[in-house]
Amino acid sequence: MTHPSSGEALAKPAPGGLGRVLDHRVLLSIAVLALLPWLLPSKALAVNVLIYGVVVIGYNLLFGYTGLLSFGQAAFFGAGAYFTGIAIGRYGVPWFAAVAIAVLLSTCLAAVIGIISTRTRGIYFSMVTLALAQLVYYVALQASSFTGGENGLRGFTVDRISLFGLQVNFLDPVNKYYVLMALAALAMWFQSRILNSPFGAVIEAIRENEQRARACGYDVERSKLVVFMLSGAISSLGGCMLALHLSIVPLDLLHYQTSGMIVMMVLLGGARSFFGPFVGAASFLILEDVISLWTPHWQIFVGAIFVLFVLFLPKGIWGTLLDTLGIGKARR
Amino acid sequence: MDLSLIIMQLLSGIALGAVLVITALGLTIVFGMLGVVNFAHGALFMIGAYAGLYLASLTGSFWWGLLLAPILIGAFGMLIELVLIRRLYGRSIDDPLLLTFGLSYILVEGVRIVFGSDGIPFPTPPQLIGVLDLGIGFFPRYRLFVIALVAVVLLALWLTLEKTRVGLIVRAGARDPTIMQVLGVDIGRVWLAIFGLGVGLAALGGVLAGPMRSVNPEMGSLVLAEAFVVTVIGGLGSIVGAVLAGLMVGISISLVALFAPEMATIVMFALMAVVLLIRPQGLFGVRGRTA
Repeated sequence: MTHPSSGEALAKPAPGGLGRVLDHRVLLSIAVLALLPWLLPSKALAVNVLIYGVVVIGYNLLFGYTGLLSFGQAAFFGAGAYFTGIAIGRYGVPWFAAVAIAVLLSTCLAAVIGIISTRTRGIYFSMVTLALAQLVYYVALQASSFTGGENGLRGFTVDRISLFGLQVNFLDPVNKYYVLMALAALAMWFQSRILNSPFGAVIEAIRENEQRARACGYDVERSKLVVFMLSGAISSLGGCMLALHLSIVPLDLLHYQTSGMIVMMVLLGGARSFFGPFVGAASFLILEDVISLWTPHWQIFVGAIFVLFVLFLPKGIWGTLLDTLGIGKARR
Repeated sequence: MDLSLIIMQLLSGIALGAVLVITALGLTIVFGMLGVVNFAHGALFMIGAYAGLYLASLTGSFWWGLLLAPILIGAFGMLIELVLIRRLYGRSIDDPLLLTFGLSYILVEGVRIVFGSDGIPFPTPPQLIGVLDLGIGFFPRYRLFVIALVAVVLLALWLTLEKTRVGLIVRAGARDPTIMQVLGVDIGRVWLAIFGLGVGLAALGGVLAGPMRSVNPEMGSLVLAEAFVVTVIGGLGSIVGAVLAGLMVGISISLVALFAPEMATIVMFALMAVVLLIRPQGLFGVRGRTA
C-alpha cells in the first residue's frame, strides 16, 4: 500500500518513522539497487544479484505470498533466457522486442505447466512442478537444433543497444547494470501493483486458508493458475536479463538444481517480504563467491547454512530483521 | 519390428522398473506414514550405490555390499530423522521438504569430497556376468537377478505389513497416529523405523542400479525426478500404486527407447502429465490430501 487510507491509519496505531518510509517500497528498493554496484566488490556480482533478484521476486509471488512451494521455477527462468537468445540470434529481433516476446512465450509455458500442476495440492504440487520442469529441461536437451543442446545456446551477442534513438554501449558494465536495473524496476513495480490489488488480497487469503477463501466465493483454482502465470512471467524477465548479460544460455539454467537455488534464495532473504528476494539473492551469491575462494566444495556449506535457516530462521534475514524492528506485515 | 526384440525390451523395462519400484516405494512409504516427502531420497540412493561399491571392494564380495549398504544407510537415515526431521513435526508440511533439499546438497558435495566428481564403474558380480538364453533371445543375467530380488523384497514387505503385528501397528499408525498414541504405542519409534526403512530401500535401489548405470555423485538427481514421477502416477502413499507405476514407467521408457531413443526420458513426464489431467490424485491415490 503506497498510501494507506485515512481509515486504516485511524484503525491502527500510527506506524513508526521507518514503517512510514517502507510505504514506498518500490522507490526504496530502486534506490538501494542503484547504489549496489558501488557497494559490492564487483560489477559482475551486482548484475547477478539484479538478475537473480528478479527471478526470486517472481518466485516469491508464488511461494511467499500464495504459499505454493514450486520446485520448477527454473523452467521459466530458462525459458525467458532461451526465447530471448533464439529471437535475437536466429530471427534478428531487436532486444526489447525479443524480451517482450520471450516473456509472452514463457507466460504461455507457465499456463500449460500451471494448468496441470495447480490441479494438485501440498507436497504433490512441489513434486509435479519439479517433474514438469525437468520435462522442459529434457526437451531443451533434445531440441538441440534450436537450443544448442548440451552446449547451451550461443551465437547471439548484444554489444550495443538503442534506447529511444540513443546508442548505448552494452559491453560497459555500468551501462549494462543500469539498463538491466530498469527492467528490474519494471518487475518490482508490477509485483507491487499485483500485491496492492484485490487479487493480491485473494492470493494471501488462499495461503492463509484455502477452504475459507473458497467458502468466501473466490475461484481458488483460477487464482492459483493466474498467480502461477504472473510468477512465471516475472521470473522469465530475469531469464531475459541473463541472456542479454551473458550472451549465452547454459542448459543447466533449466535444471531443477536452479529451481532449488531459487528456493534457497527466497528462504535466505525472507519469503513474503518485498525486498527479501534481493537480500536472499545477494546473500547466496556473496556466500558462493566467498566460500569458493578457499574451497571448490562451497555447496556443502551452502547446504548446511540452508538447513540451519529452515530449522532456526524460517523467516530469513530480511523477514527476521523486519520482525525485530516491529514493522507490520502490511508494509512489507 | 521383430516380436522377440520387443519382448526382450519389455524384460529390460521390467528390470529398469524394478529399481524404480524399490526407490519409489521408499518415498511413498515414508510419505504414507509421516506425511514427509524426502527430497534427499535421490542423494541417499546415490550414497547407497557408493556404499555398496565401497563395502563390496572392502569385503571382496558384491553380496556383502548388497546386504550391508541398505542396513548401514538405513541406520544413517534414522539418524537424520532423529536429529533433523523430528524437529519439524507440527510445522508447515513444506519445512521437511526444504530441509531435506538442503541436506541433499550436503550429501552430494560430501560424496564429491570423499570419492571425487568422476563416475566410478560398478563391477557386476562374477556369478551374474553374461547372458542367459531365454529361447527367444539373450538376456543379461544380472537384470534377471534384479527382477527376482525386487520381487522377493516386495513379497517380504507385503507379508510383513499384512500378516504381522508390526505391520498392523504401521498400518494403523498411517491411518490415525493420535489413536495409536492413546493406545500406548510409541508412534515416534514407529516413525523412526519407517524413515530408516524408506532410506534403506533407496540405498538398496542404488546398489542394484550400480552395475546397470555408472556410479557418480549426480546420479541421484535423475533418480529423484523418476521416483517423483512414479509416486505421482501411482498415487502418493499407495504401495500398489508405486509398484504398478514403477513397472509402467520402466516399460514405457524401454519400449520408447526402441522406436525413438531421444524421447525415452521425455515419455515418463508426458505419462505423468496425462495421468494428472485425468486423475489428479494419481492412479491409486486417495482424493483430499494431495489433489
